Amino acid sequence: MNLRAPLSTAVAIGFGLLVLLGIFIPDLADLRNRILTWAMLLAAMALLLGLLNLFQVHYQRIRAKEKSVYSLVLIVAMVITFALTLLQGSDSASAEWVFNYIVVPIETSLMAVLAISLTLAAARTFQHRTDLMNLVFIGTLLVLLLGAGPLFGMELPYFTGVLSPYINNVLALGAMRGLLMGVALGTITTGVRILIGADRPYGA
Amino acid sequence: MMPSPLAILALVVALMLLFSVWKGGKRRTLRNIPALQRLQRSIELSVEDGSRLQVNLGHGGILSTHSAAALAGLTLLQQVAEVAADSDLPPVATSGEGTLMLLAQDTLRSTYRRIGIADQFNLHLAQTTGTTPFAYAAGTLPSVLDRTALSTAMLGEFGPEAGLIADAAHRSEGFSIGGSPSLSTQAVLFAAAHEPLLGEELYAAGAYTKASKMHEASLRTQDVLRWVLILLLLFTAISPLLGGSE
Repeated sequence: MNLRAPLSTAVAIGFGLLVLLGIFIPDLADLRNRILTWAMLLAAMALLLGLLNLFQVHYQRIRAKEKSVYSLVLIVAMVITFALTLLQGSDSASAEWVFNYIVVPIETSLMAVLAISLTLAAARTFQHRTDLMNLVFIGTLLVLLLGAGPLFGMELPYFTGVLSPYINNVLALGAMRGLLMGVALGTITTGVRILIGADRPYGA
Repeated sequence: MMPSPLAILALVVALMLLFSVWKGGKRRTLRNIPALQRLQRSIELSVEDGSRLQVNLGHGGILSTHSAAALAGLTLLQQVAEVAADSDLPPVATSGEGTLMLLAQDTLRSTYRRIGIADQFNLHLAQTTGTTPFAYAAGTLPSVLDRTALSTAMLGEFGPEAGLIADAAHRSEGFSIGGSPSLSTQAVLFAAAHEPLLGEELYAAGAYTKASKMHEASLRTQDVLRWVLILLLLFTAISPLLGGSE
């Protein structure tokens, strides 16, 4: 008989309810904070397991000679960074050097690639999607771009002073609030499904 | 007077339980969300042509404020695994955080066990591809670009880096669907993904992939609460005009 499934479901529901009740019942607040601290410690351990998984996946690729150069670079960089931060601390000069001169430039470059990718994606969207929502998207984008600043040294007062602020402050804000309400409703129902054990992502 | 959060929660639970047992005759159809219908077709096509489906769960863990989005992604992963686990290229899950990776592994392991192919499960089917948003995206790109995964679903907490994954799917002539609770990411996905999921659509994936009756019930609950909110907002806006408020 598999006892693990009902046990893990009971633990998940029990701790979920305790954390939820801790918000409404002040006497349970301390217990709730303690549970959250445990969860944070577990998350830190899980991060280590995640890094181990990353290491294993790329180690296997090297052994299988499957794009092994990239995997080798990743593993060498990972081991060096891990050793540096472990031996000298995460706020040491060497860790800061790695962050400022390797991590930040690479992520900034990806951000630059993203800017180009998004421009191309927007152009593709104009070509392929011809529904009403896409026309609204294109129209809004054009108005906001025209209202963003002077065009060839010439300001378009109707766009900068009236249309663009109206779209930003009224239409876009209203739509954003509608979307956020939808997200909030989805979050509540998903949370309830976990709390009543209808969803069991822990594999029970 | 503001209703208490506990009362709202009780209402949600009651509605979900009610909808899960209510039959409702032939009119029990879900509202039309083209993106999710196309996702369902894409899952079926992946099974038929033996291509891989990749579920990207984002970089938010279960302790983040948007963990529900990743949980919706895990539901999709379970459904995808149920129909495609024994194919030549079983579905894979990527995440940018350790807890999500463990949950994805657990989800896949239990699904494999349930359908009787536990021996085919391996831990590398759920991977952590990077621990910062851009590192995660960069680690996810190769499998999309080399056409190992022809269908890419992004359901979870993503930032603008989701645009890179969606663009890669487009360049490799694959299919991409994406949803995130972040509004700026929804805008990025609207432009970059084949099928963007906006607002609460992200949380409806389980109902469309026929995960369980409770998923359908929670979608109907969302719809009812949405109408209640709309009516409340309208009432709040109109009541001063009618002289009902100071």
